[in-house]
Amino acid sequence: MTPSGAGSGLTPSAAAAPGSAGPEVLTLNVGPQHPGTHGVLRVVVELEGEIIRRATPEIGYLHTGIEKQMEARTYLQNVTLVDRIEYLASYNEEMAFYQAVERLLGVEPPPRARAIRILMCELNRIGSHLMYLAAGTLDLNVSSVFMYAMTDREKYLDLSEMLSGQRMMPGYFRPGGVAMDLPEGFVEAARAFLEELPRRLDEYERLLDDNLIWRERLEGIAPLSREDAIALGATGPVLRGSGVAHDCRTLLPYGGYDEYRFDVPVRTEGDAYARYLVRMEEMRQSRRIALQVLDRLPDGPIIVNDRKIALPPRAELARSMEAVIHQFKLVSEGLHPPAGDSYVATESPRGEKGYFIVSDGSNRPVRAHVRAPSFYNLQALPAMVEGHLLSDLVVAIASIDIVLGDVDR
Amino acid sequence: MDHQAPNQESLLDRLRPHIPWGLTTPREERGRSIILVTAGALLDVLRASRDHLGLDMLLDLTAWDRMPALPRFEVVYLLGRAGAADRLTVKAQVDGEPPRLPTATGLYRAAVFPEREVYDMFGLVFDGHPDLRRILMPDDWEGHPLRRDFSLFEEPVEFHGHAPKVPSEIIPYFPTGSGSGSGGAAPPGTGSDAGDLPPSGEAPGWGRQPPVDRPSGPDTERK
Amino acid sequence: MGVSAEPPVPAGPDRGGVLDREVERNVLTTTVERLLNWARASSVWPVQFGLACCAIEMISSAASRFDIARYGSELFRASPRQADLMIVAGRVSQKMAPVVRHIYDQMLEPKWVIAMGDCASTGGLYNNYAVVQGVDKVVPVDIYVAGCPPRPEALLHGLGVLQDLIARGATRRR
Repeated sequence: MTPSGAGSGLTPSAAAAPGSAGPEVLTLNVGPQHPGTHGVLRVVVELEGEIIRRATPEIGYLHTGIEKQMEARTYLQNVTLVDRIEYLASYNEEMAFYQAVERLLGVEPPPRARAIRILMCELNRIGSHLMYLAAGTLDLNVSSVFMYAMTDREKYLDLSEMLSGQRMMPGYFRPGGVAMDLPEGFVEAARAFLEELPRRLDEYERLLDDNLIWRERLEGIAPLSREDAIALGATGPVLRGSGVAHDCRTLLPYGGYDEYRFDVPVRTEGDAYARYLVRMEEMRQSRRIALQVLDRLPDGPIIVNDRKIALPPRAELARSMEAVIHQFKLVSEGLHPPAGDSYVATESPRGEKGYFIVSDGSNRPVRAHVRAPSFYNLQALPAMVEGHLLSDLVVAIASIDIVLGDVDR
Repeated sequence: MDHQAPNQESLLDRLRPHIPWGLTTPREERGRSIILVTAGALLDVLRASRDHLGLDMLLDLTAWDRMPALPRFEVVYLLGRAGAADRLTVKAQVDGEPPRLPTATGLYRAAVFPEREVYDMFGLVFDGHPDLRRILMPDDWEGHPLRRDFSLFEEPVEFHGHAPKVPSEIIPYFPTGSGSGSGGAAPPGTGSDAGDLPPSGEAPGWGRQPPVDRPSGPDTERK
Repeated sequence: MGVSAEPPVPAGPDRGGVLDREVERNVLTTTVERLLNWARASSVWPVQFGLACCAIEMISSAASRFDIARYGSELFRASPRQADLMIVAGRVSQKMAPVVRHIYDQMLEPKWVIAMGDCASTGGLYNNYAVVQGVDKVVPVDIYVAGCPPRPEALLHGLGVLQDLIARGATRRR
């Protein structure tokens, strides 16, 4: 009964309780190598026929020791590690990390830096949700939407590359601001991308919303009640698809989000289709925020003017010995936040992301813990699939929009 | 930037009549309400937060190793309220071999995975957890990686003409008081009276790389 | 596909010269082995083995902008038994290493491995307890593609180098 491609099959067994007259329960291993698990996730399902009686996610197949490695690097070196945790939303990840670091330092980036950060976070949200659309539709073999969504995502990746030099893992944010200013032509290119976006989203809605197969495969599937979602710690579109208006950008505004007007889509059905609709609308709202940022983009410095936190401008190095010393100290030692701990809740495309950072005043964090939204959202998977068909497992995992780098760190 | 969530000041006041207040150390800091509790009072505080403050979401559960300070481990619970901005950070410090705490899974179902992760990474046992086993490391792994005496196991990288280095030696550990100063003003409430904060300026003896006390100067070549 | 044909020995002074050249120009001759190598190189089907961030760039290389299908990798097979190539895309953790080996063992000969990205090549950014320092500690690797993550073009270049290797019949002793 093992479907083809169910991977490593390390523990398949038919477990009928001996001597019982009850139905036979088949234990099936799904993953860690499996096309439908969006990464190296293993789900051990106990099946009665096609109905899942129990689903147990087994994780750790991508555990990278990032949290421990962050304790051995300075706060600037850690931006490269941080990028690779939730690798589809690297800008949001850097935002979360540096919000916590800046809270410890007691500084705030200048207005232009805040605006650029929010712009990139929202563009990244669009890119991440496009990836959700691509992967989620590919799971259901709607490969045309996969191709279209990946093509649109390429436009976002071009923007990221124009700005930071890298399509993914930009390493663009710095403590107190951003690494470099927007290059020439970036604002026009971003506007062009955002102008095109509503037509693309309408196209996806035309292809999917009236598509009988898409509706049948998503409506009523993987339901998560409001109570379960709250109790299991789910956040992001999983929580908002179950009727809770919970978005850290509006509840606990950070980084300048309170300067922009946007709506937070919420749906009450709690099924995979609701989460799909939430993400589609979130892309439109992210576009709204990004356009507001572009319209109002303030001038000014792109990093805080504190020589103990940010590198001095290159021109100053020729004139001032103190600047040279600060440059040297920051590069060879790193910055020293005061002792203490901090946590700032931010909203990544998957849910609440925050860094619990403990500092002892040295140049390295004592502890850097990532509140990973996918880790908590995955706890909701058994509640979504138990009592439902095996073929809905793939839809459920896709609708959580899981990133295993976030789960396992 | 210091976002004050609504009702933040009164969260701890509203909590006060429902918990053994004498066993706790509350403080407000940078917009966060934090309460340090004893291990015995932990479940009471969590239950009271859920039932009387309406903090129905366990948003995060983690721990950190405070060595060489004692008690060694501090477990941090971040509680929140769905659809609202109320947040409370509950901390409990434990010691022992293995350190033990009661499980929060009876109060918050979201605690199942993170308690397994804390057990895996720190060796902290949660009494009453339905399925306490390793979650991130292989089942037969020995040791608890996030403990500070567990080495990072970096492999040295060989360079031409230089001694092999491990990456964390490239920018070594600089404790405070090394002359480089700190960035920004220290916020209020983070002085030495805050009982749950890490000792500042102490090198924690991290893994097998001893901290290096370096004089500030242009000499960075290490052999 | 023609078969090597013995040109008839002509009568007269120009024994075999002109006729050989005519045959070379008009008749495609080969050996079975070259034919097989050409077939193998032209349709290398990878197994779906995306682990982490490099998997996203691998998916991008399969999408329409970079389109790995035009290089012959039309389909990424879910089952290792139906695939020729394992592109190890991402960091290999301690828990995943036996699974990598298991999947590799399930593939049928001839099979090749591309270590995509720095993590699969050498452990990459993660020099620590949790990451295997290079997937070549677990499976034999034919091509290493550097990058973090490598651009889709880099992966396609690596695939092209692999296809040249295969077409030349270069095999590795296993």
